[in-house]
Amino acid sequence: MTTGREAPRKARPRAPGRGVPLALLAPALLGLAFLLVPLLALLLRAPWRDLPEQLTSPEVWEALRLSLLCATTATALSLVVGVPLAWLLARTDFPGRGLVRALVTLPLVLPPVVGGVALLLALGRNGVVGQWLDAWFGITLPFTTTGVVLAETFVAMPFLVISVEGTLRAADPRYEEAATTLGASRFTAFRRVTLPLIAPGIAAGAVLAWARALGEFGATITFAGNFPGRTQTMPLAVYLALQNDPAAAIALSLVLLAVSIAVLAGLRDRWMRTA
Amino acid sequence: MTRSPHRTRRTAGVGAVAAVLALSACSTSGSEPSPDSTGDGLTGTVTVFAAASLKESFTTLGERFEKEHPGTEVTFNFGGSDGLAAGIDSGAPADVFAAASAKTMKLVTDEGLTAGSPSTFVRNRLEIATVPGNPHAIDSLDDLTASGLKVVLCDETVPCGAAARTALTAGGVELEPVSYEQDVKSALTKVRLKEADAALVYRTDVRAAGDKVEGVEFPESAEAVNDYPIARLENAPNPSAAKAFVALVKSAEGQKVLGEAGFLKP
Amino acid sequence: MPKNPGTVPDAAEGLDAHLVVDRGSFRLDVALTAAPGDVVALLGPNGAGKTTALRALAGLAPLGAGHLRLDGVDLRRTPPESRPVGVVFQDYLLFPHLTALDNVAFGPRCRGAGKTEARAQAAEWLDRMGLAGHAGAKPRRLSGGQAQRVALARALATRPRLLLLDEPLAALDARTRLEVRAQLRRHLAAFEAVAVLVTHDPLDAMVLADRLVVVEQGRIVQEGAPSDIARHPRTEYIAQLVGLNLYRGQADGHTVLLDAGPAVSTTEDLSGPAFVAFPPGAVTLYRDRPTGSSARNLWRCEVAGLETHGDQIRAELTGGLALAADLTTVAAAELDLRPGATVWAAVKATQTHAYPA
Repeated sequence: MTTGREAPRKARPRAPGRGVPLALLAPALLGLAFLLVPLLALLLRAPWRDLPEQLTSPEVWEALRLSLLCATTATALSLVVGVPLAWLLARTDFPGRGLVRALVTLPLVLPPVVGGVALLLALGRNGVVGQWLDAWFGITLPFTTTGVVLAETFVAMPFLVISVEGTLRAADPRYEEAATTLGASRFTAFRRVTLPLIAPGIAAGAVLAWARALGEFGATITFAGNFPGRTQTMPLAVYLALQNDPAAAIALSLVLLAVSIAVLAGLRDRWMRTA
Repeated sequence: MTRSPHRTRRTAGVGAVAAVLALSACSTSGSEPSPDSTGDGLTGTVTVFAAASLKESFTTLGERFEKEHPGTEVTFNFGGSDGLAAGIDSGAPADVFAAASAKTMKLVTDEGLTAGSPSTFVRNRLEIATVPGNPHAIDSLDDLTASGLKVVLCDETVPCGAAARTALTAGGVELEPVSYEQDVKSALTKVRLKEADAALVYRTDVRAAGDKVEGVEFPESAEAVNDYPIARLENAPNPSAAKAFVALVKSAEGQKVLGEAGFLKP
Repeated sequence: MPKNPGTVPDAAEGLDAHLVVDRGSFRLDVALTAAPGDVVALLGPNGAGKTTALRALAGLAPLGAGHLRLDGVDLRRTPPESRPVGVVFQDYLLFPHLTALDNVAFGPRCRGAGKTEARAQAAEWLDRMGLAGHAGAKPRRLSGGQAQRVALARALATRPRLLLLDEPLAALDARTRLEVRAQLRRHLAAFEAVAVLVTHDPLDAMVLADRLVVVEQGRIVQEGAPSDIARHPRTEYIAQLVGLNLYRGQADGHTVLLDAGPAVSTTEDLSGPAFVAFPPGAVTLYRDRPTGSSARNLWRCEVAGLETHGDQIRAELTGGLALAADLTTVAAAELDLRPGATVWAAVKATQTHAYPA
């Protein structure tokens, strides 16, 4: 990831294959193995023969469609409010900023199910805010696709905010000043200068948020419930399948895995590299 | 089988498939087990894997057991019956298994892991849980189909969902819930938080929720009665204590505790 | 272009500023005035507060007290984006994601020009800077000198009434610097409004500016035309910058009794507090006390240090008078100069320059 600083840009010399210290190589390989072996086990134990049958089931595709739709919408929503929030945390000084930053990361440590309950208490039909949404606009969020998006956003947005804030802190704020002296309002400076400069950080944050949203289970099922085609995303389908048909659960997991790998690899090639 | 007085047992986390089930019930006897005052030879830890719905009543029974047999300690692992069965099948060291359905018990008996055949010790049936005061005047399964009413059911992959399906079919009721919840507790939670107007849950869950929900009985529930089987396990590390615990559960005393929790006699 | 409709401009053209900025224990307090067409250099050592002054002028640092008027308009409450001020930053801060053309067009765009119009203006500015061929280049592809010109074009493209340049040549290597300095001088000479540049390099200041303002520790210690300052330095820092030996003392006729001890004969007739200055080249060194010398300023000194200075040797002397003396390599060899050696230093009265303190 490059920061916005103007510096001589030379291709960084590749570390030669030889001379990688064992003290780094050994834990690195151990780490890699630790991440990959469970996935490998999933592949080895996958009921390949049942897979075609699973894949022809419309419910699987419905859950997958819903998963992708909700994760992407949640990521978009996180971008719209999360990037400005990151900017606020990185570029302005206000009393209690440290506390706000800590609060932003709270959903990261909160068990997702608790997050879901918190969302119910806030946005549910009888929630602190939700009761007014219901009374004034007739909007109820639990048990709706919108509810899934909100639950996923709640859990995923902190990843984006933290990532973008870090990039913003590393980026030179004087570019914004330079833009200001050229007549740009602070917002224009942000939009036309800062945003393009931190694009790689935003992309990385968005990918993290998307991946987190795609795998979201606890907050979603607690806040939005589980109804095929409306709120049943892949992780929910996987979990429920696990109750009485582990083989089906593995098959579903594989579908989710394959799709996410395809999407992430595709993004990396097309989008992240240009940044 | 001899046992050393100092015994540290660990119920290791056993995953059914992935890390769905991560249990780590550690019990360390820090002190010398007190001498066996009742003279029945019971001592040490007895590990009970039990369906989540048994939590309150079994905890009470566990305390009584320890009181009646000084020197013993009852360790519980409450969870979804399927997960528990998978854990036992994977070699989790348990003494007793109490399941919420015959189907899940069968997963263990099929592997030949029970000592003797399991026996039903209680039954449970469904009730309609409504918000307190039953504002929508729900009186029957059919009332649940009223438009605008938000009803949650358990997913059919879990026992309470399967029972609900059976009951609904028996009553010829076509019901579209707003959600198929992953377990009976989360179905009940939706009603407790008033996010849903009603849920089909077990009688025992309605009892456990106290005045937070109101239970409505319905005749079709007779078609979907859940048998709770209990069995000692073949590889029980503490078979004599396991036997005694099962006996306590099936005794009049045990049945009384379970009955207070809303369970029906077998 | 006054963007502050609430203020009635008075007739005064140009810059009239009194900048007071408090930053912790540091206080900047400088008054600056300049007429349109003036190029003022703020010269001073690092940490003197030059850049702070520039930021206060641009509106990037809040003014604690004082005033700031440009062409009669009070700018104190005007945010930076609304000030008719252009800035060339020290490391240019060209937007790395934009081409040279779009960097220059950025200002006109922000100030209301349409995209096509802004680009046309930008192209014109680049052309004027001799960079027409680099319009499509991203900043990373530009050489230091080119980047400097793009930065200048970008600042000028908003048609500022005040142009600020922060160490405009500091980022360049010695050779490029020479070339760019000459170009910058041309552009600044052609600039019709006020230009203020900040530098710690006296040569840049003297070549580029009509007037120098020397700032030390947040205060102005001397200001005036470059030639005047070069001849009449009033602080040790300036004397060093312009390469003069400088002493302070009490004048009495053709003699100045230095605060440092000895007296210096001068041609000027002064009385009261005075400075005496003479260039290191005016010092003649002898092994032994000269007998026939007409110089009345003669001191016995000890060589404290030697270093090459261009094609000459500069000797730092202590003893009778602390001074720097320049001599040729040959002369240094003949005198057998080395640290610790004793020498006699003579300066003719006609080579010294005394002026009131």
